[in-house]
Amino acid sequence: MSINYIYPEFEVVRNPNRCICCRVCERQCANEVHRFDADGKVMLSDESKCVNCQRCVSLCPTRALKIIKSDCVLRENANWQNQTIKEIYKQAESGGVLLSSMGNPNPLPVYFDKILINASQVTNPSIDPLREPMETKVFLGKKPNKIERDKDGNFINNLPPQIELSMPVMFSAMSYGSISYNAHKSLALAAQKLGILYNTGEGGLHEDFYVYGDNTIVQVASGRFGVHENYLQAGKAIEIKMGQGAKPGIGGHLPGTKIVGDVSKTRMIPEGSDAISPAPHHDIYSIEDLRQLVYSLKEATAYKKPVIVKVAAVHNIAAIASGIARSGADVIAIDGFRGGTGAAPTRVRDNVGIPIELALAAVDKRLRDEGIRNNVSLVVGGSIRSAADVVKSIALGADACYIATAALLALGCHLCRTCQTGKCNWGIATQNPELVKRLNPEIGSQRLINLMTAWKHEIKEMMGGMGINSIETLRGNRLMLRGIGLNEKELEILGISHAGQ
Amino acid sequence: MKKIYVNEKWCLGCHLCEYNCAFANSGETDMVKALKDKEISPRIHVEEDGKITYAVSCRHCEDPVCVKSCISGALSKKDGVVTIDKNKCVGCFTCVLVCPYGAVIPTDKHAAIKCELCLKNACGYPACVKGCPNKAIVYEER
Repeated sequence: MSINYIYPEFEVVRNPNRCICCRVCERQCANEVHRFDADGKVMLSDESKCVNCQRCVSLCPTRALKIIKSDCVLRENANWQNQTIKEIYKQAESGGVLLSSMGNPNPLPVYFDKILINASQVTNPSIDPLREPMETKVFLGKKPNKIERDKDGNFINNLPPQIELSMPVMFSAMSYGSISYNAHKSLALAAQKLGILYNTGEGGLHEDFYVYGDNTIVQVASGRFGVHENYLQAGKAIEIKMGQGAKPGIGGHLPGTKIVGDVSKTRMIPEGSDAISPAPHHDIYSIEDLRQLVYSLKEATAYKKPVIVKVAAVHNIAAIASGIARSGADVIAIDGFRGGTGAAPTRVRDNVGIPIELALAAVDKRLRDEGIRNNVSLVVGGSIRSAADVVKSIALGADACYIATAALLALGCHLCRTCQTGKCNWGIATQNPELVKRLNPEIGSQRLINLMTAWKHEIKEMMGGMGINSIETLRGNRLMLRGIGLNEKELEILGISHAGQ
Repeated sequence: MKKIYVNEKWCLGCHLCEYNCAFANSGETDMVKALKDKEISPRIHVEEDGKITYAVSCRHCEDPVCVKSCISGALSKKDGVVTIDKNKCVGCFTCVLVCPYGAVIPTDKHAAIKCELCLKNACGYPACVKGCPNKAIVYEER
């Protein structure tokens, strides 16, 4: 097509007074935006290729570069917004499904931002976490309903296998293939040092990472990629992935171009073949079917590994969770509609699913009402952005949170949302060895450890402020939350009062 | 003693070390003022061959041939660091010829320059190490 309908989204602004032509921008841009013009001895740029990942901005030693949003706009129209029109142009040209990466960026309500946390004043003492012990350790898994004793009165250990976490946060599923070897290694190293878990996603476990097994959740998803007995034995827990917040109801597709070398070996599929995860598990069409898989996995691992069932937050999530809680699963993981992805159809990502805050509140209430809350632990994900979101999630009823986008940001991700191109300049969402090496796991893992340590301090501060010294006491403690700017129905679903009440 | 080492595995070939080196040894406090529109003479060089990149600077050899070859006594080894006294250097560049790493660099000011671990400039700590974005260049005891 000869007419270019879409004007570049970003402008590369270079301050010629500061640019020393060191060419680091040129060398670091996998999209080939920058180039050196030897005749004029100046750097030139082609902004049409820029995805605004800010790699050049971050590495420019003289801060000569900035990327700004282009102010070339189409005529204003509240109904036909610029983005909508550009998407039409793209589809008119390509004839294809629009693809996007990372979480839903649209301005839909973020309930976490409309929930406020309580603090102690006068009538009850707050606690200073720097002076007094503060417990953030949690155990995930099925809890027994009663204490059992033998005929001599001694305790019978009837505790099913548990996952011990030093703080109520885990790194959620990102497959080796969707992210790089070095990104996985950073997560594994950090999880081990922090005493938490990371998750393999549906890509198998690279042989180098079996040593981190005690800090690994191994995932079994609809494509069953990389699943074998040793893999199941290797992890601390097994996760059955039924759905993902970014793309509920659809499967996954890792293009053959990314199935190279170790990725192919780890996934146990030929090099260059597309890795297609079906939308459903072809052996699961009911809770009874799910129960069969849960028990197959337990049987295969001698009932030593807790089984997590991960679902996307969708309309009847409370009823679905109730079913899962009866399936024999030890943990339910729920992924909200803002959860990230390495690639999803834009329409699905932006329009399918529900917010995690509402899903969590509904599920926790339903399981309590039915008296089966102790059957399972609840883990929530789908845009947990800060320690405050963690505290609010726990108070709404979660046992722990899953984070992935926040973890990737710590590794250098700038949320340019073009993971699907495989040209991640930060060495995260790519399999190109030249780009993968940009992420040194020594640096990456330390940044993850720093982030989690900071969150842990903040969680303790907020707990102390509420006069709570154990995360167990905060769980489901909705009296510690108040809504602001929410209507009656929203407050009812969240199970919290309005600020001022 | 602590020396500069390079991990080829993590070298990105970004060449920032060269610019950080040139800036650290420029005596200027502003990088733009120091390097803009100038040919830089860094004491560290990124060797490239296709996709392999590797920064090379003085190894501060056990038995430095550059010191042995120096006809004017400008090069010497003190506390493990091979240093050059530019006032004594006569610009014969024998050291440039004999260094097996190409780590002594001739300049047009009739004196050779080489990495002195930023001990003589205001940086005080190797600027290439400090500025390396991927910890490919490290300053450590081995």
